[in-house]
Amino acid sequence: MDKSFFSLQEVESSYGRLPVLHKVSLQVQQGEIVTLIGANGAGKTSLLMTIFGNPRATHGHIYWQGKDIAHLPTHHIAGLGIALVPEGRRIFPAMTVAENLAMGGRNSVYASVDLEKILEMFPRLKERFKQRAGTLSGGEQQMLAIGRALMSRPQLLLLDEPSLGLAPLIVKQLFEILEEIAKQGMTIFLVEQNANHALKLADRAYVLVNGQIELSGTGAELLDNPEVKRAYLGSL
Amino acid sequence: MHLKHALKDALLVGVLALLLFLPMTGIALAENYSFNARLHVPFLLAGMVMLGRFIFSYALHTYHSRQWVKRLIHREDRPRFILRPQRHWILLILFIFGLVLPFTLSNYGLNTAILALIYVLLGLGLNIVVGLAGLLDLGFVAFYAVGAYTFALGGQYFGLGFWGAIPVAAAIAALCGVLLGFPVLRLHGDYLAIVTLGFGEIIRLILTNWIEVTGGPNGVQVPTLQVFGFEFTRIAKAGGVPIHEYLGVAYSTAYRYWFLYLVLFLVVCAMIFVLNRLRSLPIGRAWEALREDEIACRSLGINPVTVKLSAFSMGAMVGGVAGVFFAAQQGFINPTSFTFFESALILAIVVLGGMGSTLGVVLAAIVLTLLPEVLREFSQYRIVLFGGLMVLMMVWRPRGFISLQRRQFEGAA
Repeated sequence: MDKSFFSLQEVESSYGRLPVLHKVSLQVQQGEIVTLIGANGAGKTSLLMTIFGNPRATHGHIYWQGKDIAHLPTHHIAGLGIALVPEGRRIFPAMTVAENLAMGGRNSVYASVDLEKILEMFPRLKERFKQRAGTLSGGEQQMLAIGRALMSRPQLLLLDEPSLGLAPLIVKQLFEILEEIAKQGMTIFLVEQNANHALKLADRAYVLVNGQIELSGTGAELLDNPEVKRAYLGSL
Repeated sequence: MHLKHALKDALLVGVLALLLFLPMTGIALAENYSFNARLHVPFLLAGMVMLGRFIFSYALHTYHSRQWVKRLIHREDRPRFILRPQRHWILLILFIFGLVLPFTLSNYGLNTAILALIYVLLGLGLNIVVGLAGLLDLGFVAFYAVGAYTFALGGQYFGLGFWGAIPVAAAIAALCGVLLGFPVLRLHGDYLAIVTLGFGEIIRLILTNWIEVTGGPNGVQVPTLQVFGFEFTRIAKAGGVPIHEYLGVAYSTAYRYWFLYLVLFLVVCAMIFVLNRLRSLPIGRAWEALREDEIACRSLGINPVTVKLSAFSMGAMVGGVAGVFFAAQQGFINPTSFTFFESALILAIVVLGGMGSTLGVVLAAIVLTLLPEVLREFSQYRIVLFGGLMVLMMVWRPRGFISLQRRQFEGAA
């Protein structure tokens, strides 16, 4: 049993016989921004997917508000107040922005209220409301993916590399928006390769190497850590 | 410069044509198993082909024709005529036209119209599975067969009538849809298509070989049509009263077709209405979302199992109802009506009409059923013309007659 808001305890998972996570333990408290950084292939995306039960954790526990959710099917987990912004955005390209957002809020009774708030937060989406999502730019698509996740009024927002493939200026905007969302009380667990931006935003951070947590600390601590600097920030 | 190019083209084609025509037309069989050489024929034919090819190649390279080809290819970019859904009065006129139509047609015309409507229904059913949910189903005819046989066999063994058969066939076909759906849940694209193809064949083979129950290739007699105890036959067969005797009018075979047409027409209209509603309901949107991205769907809390099964069973249900009407129209059914060709035709309707577009599917179904009738004059070349038409369609309108229009979201801020 675990009293924390959201935590992983010694979670292991694998793709078939290929193990990807080794005893990963981490915690997220309510209202925090926690980030997980790591190199390509470290298992960052696998970690998020394991939280969502695909692949399923072969060992360990995933606690969400005191309940172990490690054995629930994926679509149940999404209904518990956890929302995922998947890697590569994964919006529905042939459907309109409106329909994409509606898909996010399909089980929420607050959908129409939240829709207005989200369109205010992302004015670009309002402009393109009736356009097919596939015609949006990369940055707009990422905004849409985040907006879609927010439509379910989650208590925990999981983001998988939101900065992937975006121009530096857009990345900057994106992190400002994440900060704004966090200010409104959202708990955020952010998986990023862009360590510089992520660590500046985060309250706390973990470093994942080869499927194991190697380091953890506050965002500022890790920014100063010489090893992190060398490996992830590209400076000496 | 392109003169040389065209000459080279023509020469190559000429040699090829000569090679083909020499054995085909150069030798004539005479009596007594001997041959007569007629070498002037193949050379003449090859010469004609060469000339044609030369003119074609040359013309294609002129400035005007290149512009024309360019326009042809980029047609999709230009604004197009869009039928607005809010044009209610157009729908009303079409509806009234549909109601009046049968009384102006001959029996042959009526039969064709009923067939067209049956294919509209089939197209709409498959459109749910292929167009909306994106599950390629090559065995849709199975549900059509299940519906038709439910009516025929239900009538034979359990005294099932036409009205009873519609809901029963819908339910049984939907059940078959779920039965097919379960094993194929994890399959995508080509793999799914192959399994569904097999399913269609399995149903047809069962119907052919389970002779004790289905009558096998000999088929089954379909119960006579009754409405409120009235029959459409000249003399009462099933204990009812022939409707022309009751109304005191002369007997006509058209009555039966009028009745079938009108019921079918109303069912089709109801189905179009329901489908249009479904598109904007959560379940319809979930079908489309599933077609777009399954992983994103799951992360949004959609259970892909129920969504896929609902699409399969809804589509199958519509197919089953179409089967009942087919059986009622034919009066006698056997497994040869439910071959793979039917599945392919229904799929062609959905693809030509425009995946997911209701209006497009309706138009395509009507065109594809009327076309073979119109082309009956050229009966030998029917399929060739049919194929040619499809190729042209794919060149000009790769997304179908009418590509899917996105609906506005009513909850807009």
